[in-house]
Amino acid sequence: MSDTTTRGPVSPGTAPPDGSQPELNDLTAMPTADQIAPQGPTVLHHLAFMTGDELCIPIFKRLRQDGTLYPVDVPQGQSDDTRGGQSQDSSPIDRDTALKIYRTMLFTRVLDERMLAAQRQGRLSFYMQCTGEEATVIGSAAALQDDDMIMAQYREQGALAWRGFSCDEFMNQMFGNERDYGKGRQMPIHYGSRDLHYMTISSPLATQIPQATGYAYGQKLAGKGQCTITIFGEGAASEGDFHAALNMASVHRVPCIFLCRNNGYAISTPSCEQFAADGIAPRAFGYHMQSIRVDGNDVIAVYEATLAARKIAVETNQPVLIEAMTYRLAAHSSSDDPSGYRSKKEEAIWRDKDPILRMRNWLEAQGWWSEEEEKATGDQLRREVLESMKRAEKLAPPALDTLISDVYDTPTPLLTQQLEDVKQHIRKYPHAYPKGAASMGFTAQELEDSRKAYQARQQRMQSHQPVESHQPVDGGQTS
Amino acid sequence: MSEQMSEQPLEKTPVTDSAAASSAAKEASAATGSKDGAASASGKKQMNMLQAINNALDIAMAANPRVVLFGEDVGVFGGVFRATSHLQDKYGRERCFNTPLTEQGIIGFANGLAAQGSTPVAEIQFADYIFPAFDQIVNEAAKFRYRSGDLFDVGGLTIRTPYGGGIAGGLYHSQSPEAYFAHTPGLKIVMPRNPHQAKGLLLAAIRDPNPVLFMEPKRLYRASVGEVPEADYELPLGVADVIREGRDITLLGWGAQMEVIEKAAALAEQDGIDCEIIDLRSILPWDIETVCDSVLKTGRLVVSHEAPLTGGFASEIAATVQERCFLYLEAPIRRVTGLDTPFPLVLEKEHLPDELKIYEAIKQSLNY
Repeated sequence: MSDTTTRGPVSPGTAPPDGSQPELNDLTAMPTADQIAPQGPTVLHHLAFMTGDELCIPIFKRLRQDGTLYPVDVPQGQSDDTRGGQSQDSSPIDRDTALKIYRTMLFTRVLDERMLAAQRQGRLSFYMQCTGEEATVIGSAAALQDDDMIMAQYREQGALAWRGFSCDEFMNQMFGNERDYGKGRQMPIHYGSRDLHYMTISSPLATQIPQATGYAYGQKLAGKGQCTITIFGEGAASEGDFHAALNMASVHRVPCIFLCRNNGYAISTPSCEQFAADGIAPRAFGYHMQSIRVDGNDVIAVYEATLAARKIAVETNQPVLIEAMTYRLAAHSSSDDPSGYRSKKEEAIWRDKDPILRMRNWLEAQGWWSEEEEKATGDQLRREVLESMKRAEKLAPPALDTLISDVYDTPTPLLTQQLEDVKQHIRKYPHAYPKGAASMGFTAQELEDSRKAYQARQQRMQSHQPVESHQPVDGGQTS
Repeated sequence: MSEQMSEQPLEKTPVTDSAAASSAAKEASAATGSKDGAASASGKKQMNMLQAINNALDIAMAANPRVVLFGEDVGVFGGVFRATSHLQDKYGRERCFNTPLTEQGIIGFANGLAAQGSTPVAEIQFADYIFPAFDQIVNEAAKFRYRSGDLFDVGGLTIRTPYGGGIAGGLYHSQSPEAYFAHTPGLKIVMPRNPHQAKGLLLAAIRDPNPVLFMEPKRLYRASVGEVPEADYELPLGVADVIREGRDITLLGWGAQMEVIEKAAALAEQDGIDCEIIDLRSILPWDIETVCDSVLKTGRLVVSHEAPLTGGFASEIAATVQERCFLYLEAPIRRVTGLDTPFPLVLEKEHLPDELKIYEAIKQSLNY
């Protein structure tokens, strides 16, 4: 028991409740320092600090911006087997998969453009674009099995689109209508799908990362060969939840892929003010986790890295960290204006590295895509998005009863009473609560009558009973 | 207001200081012998609260292979209080294990595991250390079902944590943070008063389809000993327990405070005051009806908890009762609680709402 300590002065636990002795830990069975780090000396007899700069993590790249592939450089002494999912030939992704990835990227770009425009027109309250990061999000999703769990942050709509979330499903969530799975409770872009194994988004940052560790632990116990991927930004990786999650994932050996979208900014804070070290990838080593840095605008590199990471996760029950180097080409959200914190020149440099254009160049070089298909697909997607948006806008809001459902599995008596109180109140002033009143069956005419009656009362008060602003309404007299 | 399983009286083993607590534990241990020994013919067995909790966890794990236990030191060691003793031996390292020292990690992990369909029972070593996990409990666990429109939930989650003072634990081994969590729709909060209650309520908490915060009165872990059915049983969540009927005044509390309230009632009885005693058992959702029915009958209410006065759960109870029982109240509702200070060490006796303070409140209420 030498290695077990309590955390304070109180240690009533001097014996198990029944008085017997527990089996002790055996530290000799645990890996020693030289087993974990087989290279280099484990003991020194001169003073020397290490900075971490001894290690430089390269970026895995496969695709040049012009659509040609880099030649594969196999390190000396490394066999093909150890390179996991990387393919040697000139078409590392088969044609059908590649075209599906590309169409999903185009859809995501079109959706983002149209919905930001809708927000600017006042049709939608809020939006967040994935622009510039489509290769990271969709390339990784494409490398997974469809029943692997995705626990994303909020800018990963492309992964959901890859799984087949329909345009109507996106719209229903954004407009919070009666068909929104989330029953109109969350701001736009907080999607979720049980059928598509895509965990509902929550706004607090990084909370999904330790949850992914736990989810993956459950998958390991279930033994069906599934894994979890969790996606987050380099800013969220500063949260304590990130570190807790990676440490637990390594200690408990779970099949989880941690995918960091290092897109350069956390709202306005540049990554150089987010961390002093060499990005996110080396943090994995603090937890003895495998790690790779990839070009996040290179769909082939992302796809191959994720494929290989999945193999490690599922076959050896070990977590993997992927840091995808990319750039948030759009604003943080519809409420943000990047011109206040970054230059047009910087944006232009990254616009030249557009992941969609890079993939298109490659597809065209393969002879799998053409200018005509590009135009036709773009037109068709824009039409689809606009028509879907019109449908979603017209649907009714969620029923009033959803105000109290799903807080618990069944509403408590107090909640039921609170809902009844709200309904009583709406019956008095239905015009003030048109969505709830409609849900309760009030007609448009009844709402109008209520409005008029209320306005008439207000007018009577103004004309017959002028009230000084500082005076109590009842003139200080008891009624 | 009923206790489903038995009509047995409340255990009469009030022991308050930690030296006595440890001697009570030794006696209990000697009386019950080994883990599998000395079962009574009635199917009941003397257990202290830790044994009852350990027994409930054992039963839950045996009945459902998806029940998984984890937290700091819960593995080989069986937890710093030994509530999880032998369970790793019995069910293996995959189902009962130590975690790294990270409360936010533990509850984040537990949320994910519950969302996956498992039944995690996560231990936070002391309720005083639950705050790094506040976000995962309040923003995540409590809102999981609501925000997804019931696509996903963490209903399988139970968080066990020892709370409360009286053990010379000072600021950071004594707190009763139930009120912070009571302000969070979506959670259930349960606080048992004795071994029998602890076992039945914990089994119900583990099987309840909502996330439950199960707060264990650590002062009573070994001090409270009583007969506990060996079989699998559950006691209802959200239902208060009238443990003694009376005419003159209603005394309301939960967890370790019930023992103190009983002593105060005994003092009052010597003055001819007939107290009705209610154990709320569930803080969220709480049993308004049972409490209000009692106050309508007695016209007087004293609520007592160890946590500080301001914003304590007694405030919520007092507000609700005055709304529903206004014309029946014979005296203002009295709250007997800890002071509005951090939890002291040397002066903890002065700080705590003991039986004398409650007794005085009872008399003031009667003489109002």
